Amino acid sequence: MASRSYDIKSYTGFKFITLACLVILYAPLVVVTIYSFNASKSITVWEGLSLRWYVDVFVGPESEKFKLAAMNSFVIAIIAATVSTTIATLAATAVVRGGNFRLRTASLGLISLPLMVPEIVTAVATLIFFNAIGFDRGLMTILMAHIAFCIPFAYLPISARMQGIEDTYEQAAMDLYATKRQAFTRILLPLMMPGIISGFLLAFIVSLDDFIITNFVKGAGVETLPTAIFGAVKQGIKPNIMAISTMLLGLSVIMVTISYFISKSDNTK
Amino acid sequence: MVPEEQSIAIDVRDAVKRYDDFTALKKLSLSIMDNEFFTLLGPSGCGKTTLLRMIAGFENVTEGEIFLFGEEIKNLPPYQRPVNTVFQNYALFPHMTVLDNVAFGLEMRGSSKSEARKGAGEMLELVQLTQFANRKPSQLSGGQQQRVALARALAPRPKVLLLDEPLSALDLKLRKAMQLELKHLQRETGITFIFVTHDQEEALTMSDRIAVMSDGELQQLGAAKDIYERPRNMFVADFIGETNLLEVSVDKIANGRAVCHLGGGHELTCNSVEGIGVGSKVHMSVRPERLFISATPVENESLKGRVKENIFIGTDISTLINLVDGPEFIVRTSNSDRGNKRIFEPGNEVFVNMEMGAARLLID
Ligand SMILES: Nc1ncnc2c1ncn2[C@@H]1O[C@H](COP(=O)(O)OP(=O)(O)O)[C@@H](O)[C@H]1O
Ligand SMILES: [Mg+2]
Repeated sequence: MASRSYDIKSYTGFKFITLACLVILYAPLVVVTIYSFNASKSITVWEGLSLRWYVDVFVGPESEKFKLAAMNSFVIAIIAATVSTTIATLAATAVVRGGNFRLRTASLGLISLPLMVPEIVTAVATLIFFNAIGFDRGLMTILMAHIAFCIPFAYLPISARMQGIEDTYEQAAMDLYATKRQAFTRILLPLMMPGIISGFLLAFIVSLDDFIITNFVKGAGVETLPTAIFGAVKQGIKPNIMAISTMLLGLSVIMVTISYFISKSDNTK
Repeated sequence: MVPEEQSIAIDVRDAVKRYDDFTALKKLSLSIMDNEFFTLLGPSGCGKTTLLRMIAGFENVTEGEIFLFGEEIKNLPPYQRPVNTVFQNYALFPHMTVLDNVAFGLEMRGSSKSEARKGAGEMLELVQLTQFANRKPSQLSGGQQQRVALARALAPRPKVLLLDEPLSALDLKLRKAMQLELKHLQRETGITFIFVTHDQEEALTMSDRIAVMSDGELQQLGAAKDIYERPRNMFVADFIGETNLLEVSVDKIANGRAVCHLGGGHELTCNSVEGIGVGSKVHMSVRPERLFISATPVENESLKGRVKENIFIGTDISTLINLVDGPEFIVRTSNSDRGNKRIFEPGNEVFVNMEMGAARLLID
């Protein structure tokens, strides 16, 4: 316990700054959420509570476009999260368990570096790459780009989890006649599972939300939910956009919460 | 026990282990007999775990050979060696029940799931944990986890069981109980146990034979009693039990007896050993329980001194005595032997006397 004089709460302005940060971060989200339930056609005038715009998303004039985009987004997110989580699991196993192989530190850095590179740079680079190899842009290019940039997100919780698992478990398994493969599938994998699930959910959300990279590498006429929303907003913001955004927000909150609790759950205890 | 008639379970020949530029084992050789309770004893960092891990297959052998019942095993992976380990931190699989933990080795050896569970059940009975079969390891106490680790390692009936300081995390009472249980299990199963400890008392209590190690080298190998009574060198004498270690100079050698000067005009005669001559400075070890105190001299080599302090240690009393102008002695008197004899109080003038053959000269 920190003694009273070091308690951060006692610094002048602490409460104010905290409050200001929270308001700045969340006020827009709150406004969007509230106005998505507005009965009015206007986005600024409140006319009473209604689910009108939610219904509009599913059956309205733009519903086909959004449904197709949502479908693309989910398919891409599921595949990208699955593939990137698998790669990240193998990478974490190699880096954490591979002993002191050459370039170990370099591998570690290289895996997490994309998290710090501005996304626009990655987007441009990916686009140039596809152009250079003459790959036609479409769903496939989006998928490949998503797999690539999801790896570091999946990697973080998995390697954090793995570092907490002592290697004596695998040694004990091998001592008890399990081959390396059996020690991995019977012992290490189950112990890593919370990290893997958490990494999968994170990768899924990151893929589902991505706009910048997707916008660069998608082919003409191919839309994911974020690019479709962006396209619709360019023609003026309608309340149905707020309804979609609120649903996406809800999904994100749910997945991040699940991911948090799973990574906290400890099956090694 | 006649070693020649027994087969050798583990034969370590000239084993060297180097980590980069650090040598953890320096050409170590020892043979461990089938069906014996063998202990590796030595201070922390002397290479006990390293040797055990080399036998189990977790550490490669830099130089030398390791044989298991005559078969060279140094190139076999751990899962092909019929040797099981009880790990220092137990390493029980946290996501499996106690029963599944114990069944794991049997299953990996090719038993069906039901056979493995049956075998595991029998093993749990042996360590009296049947009622905890369906718990997770985290729901057990330290002592119970210890017994699960033991059952898990014994279940596949290894030829040799390796135990790396398995009792160090337990409190004293539980530890004493587990010492007996381990000894009992070894007799019952007939499996060779290689037990690692840094606790000399534990080693003396449990072992058929003890290998005393320090700095990656074997110091002495022998039965517990031999090592205690006839330590080969200063390290062993000092490490095993309590002893009076005195620097002496040899004044005279005759008929295999050496007269040694302790300083301050005090002299003691003891059996001479090979390699010392008149004038050599050597160390002498005398166990405190083989000395006794008297108010008047009882023999011509009684050493005159003054009591400095009495320390009560339950069954015994340890008395510190300063010889006149000479070294300090510790004398241990059993409280039951003492009977009605008086305790010599600090400041009393007393004489220290030695039983026949209690003093031993040590060369290095
Ligand atoms: N992986 C390793 N790398 C370098 N040195 C090691 C390694 N493992 C053990 N050592 C060193 O080898 C020596 C013996 O260690 P160990 O066998 O664990 O001793 P003990 O079990 O007797 O306490 C120690 O000095 C230790 O620092
Ligand atoms: Mg050790």
